[in-house]
Amino acid sequence: MQSLTNRSKVVSNKHLSLAERLYLPAIFGGLRITFKHMFKKKATISYPEEQRDHGRLYRGQHVLKRDEQGRENCTACGLCAVACPAEAITMVAGERKKGEEHLYREEKYAIEYNINMLRCIFCGLCEEACPKDAIYLTDRIAESNYQRGQFIFTKDKLVEGIDKSDRIDVSDRRKAVRKGAM
Amino acid sequence: MPKVTIDDITIEVPAGTTILEAARQIGVNVPPAMCYYSKLKGSGGKCRVCLVKVTKGSDKDPRPMPKLVASCRTTVMDGMEVRNVTSPEVIEARRGVVEFLLVNHPLDCPICDQAGECHLQDLSYDHGLSKSRYDFERRTFERIDIGDKIQLHMNRCILCYRCTQVAEQLTPERKHGVLYRGEVSEISTFIATAVDNEFSGNMIDVCPVGALTDKTFRFKSRVWFTKPMYAHRNCPTCSGKVALWYQGEEVLRVTSRKDKWGESEGFICNECRFDKKNTSDWTIEGPAPVDRHSVISQNHYELPYELPVNQKKLSN
Repeated sequence: MQSLTNRSKVVSNKHLSLAERLYLPAIFGGLRITFKHMFKKKATISYPEEQRDHGRLYRGQHVLKRDEQGRENCTACGLCAVACPAEAITMVAGERKKGEEHLYREEKYAIEYNINMLRCIFCGLCEEACPKDAIYLTDRIAESNYQRGQFIFTKDKLVEGIDKSDRIDVSDRRKAVRKGAM
Repeated sequence: MPKVTIDDITIEVPAGTTILEAARQIGVNVPPAMCYYSKLKGSGGKCRVCLVKVTKGSDKDPRPMPKLVASCRTTVMDGMEVRNVTSPEVIEARRGVVEFLLVNHPLDCPICDQAGECHLQDLSYDHGLSKSRYDFERRTFERIDIGDKIQLHMNRCILCYRCTQVAEQLTPERKHGVLYRGEVSEISTFIATAVDNEFSGNMIDVCPVGALTDKTFRFKSRVWFTKPMYAHRNCPTCSGKVALWYQGEEVLRVTSRKDKWGESEGFICNECRFDKKNTSDWTIEGPAPVDRHSVISQNHYELPYELPVNQKKLSN
């Protein structure tokens, strides 16, 4: 049958010449290629000492935002979880008790909020779905680990700190999400 | 039998049928209904979202009706011609009504347990504006417990009166009603007395918004993470035909079965609704039909029916 791409090579059973049977020219040809690469620029970097530049709108590890007064924005509405194409997000909702008004903005909040980073494909649909301005992807790179269990990020890794210095700036991504330009 | 034409589709219906019921028999482009409930006598005529334009009154009197009419309360006449979605005037009026309904509605859908099966949510998606033009403070109320199983969020109420009609028509004595008038009116029990009638839970099902919700389901999950299954049991007080809402192996709540128009197929008693939450209490019939476009069918990849191929295999 005729090939569709015309890129296939016809294999022949022709006898090898003396030079080919010695194999040495082929071996030296290979060594030349290897040697040439020693003088080329390296494709890898020594992460984490060195880090690559990335775009303003890089989609890395998630953050759960707090509002101006330090209250968690997330109200466990579940829209991020239903929007997530990889089904990486799970949560358990709870009712805010009296005296916790400074911790959670609404009467319902997420007791547990887990993102399975092995499932996450960093598409950013969760931040688009969020009606409460709570979840954003940041330019931080999700840390790697040796254990699978460690890749399920819980609230202590996701929620940003209360102090102003611990806040994570997501203004660029927020602008992009609101504009709808991903 | 009178013949009525709705959006250029003609149907013959028994005399005394309302325009809304006739439209439901046609089955497409049905006017929405927030207060009308076919199973409750005297419901309808309050929310005004079912407004339609009658362009020809009847064969005998072909004059059009001067104003838009509420289709849930207007009976059909022979030769009547009605415009619903084909009339820009109706769409415009409905949009106005939705804006009025949302004037005091808190739009706390991310918190509300009704989200995903809320008629007001669907309605505002179809007709509403994304922004409110209302500058004043929304009226707010404290949360009220009606008995230990029902939660009343008066903030979300649109005053459709369906729940009071349930109380009137399903239970021997009415224990709650609407207090005050106009903008300040609110649902209340007589001095916060508990409604402990065995059919009181049905007001959760008839509520078109999240004003009356199941306290045993409060914040447990979201509707779209649960999976409805039809089930029945031998119940001495009610029909015992219910929908169980599963998350995994756990029954999170029990409701009555809803028909195409979001109305209960049969009212159920409180014992079935609140106390029977084990699979062993029920005979499971199968998955409840969910509209493909509903958020409830999101991420449910399994088919609600057998594939034709498999059916063939089974019969062989």
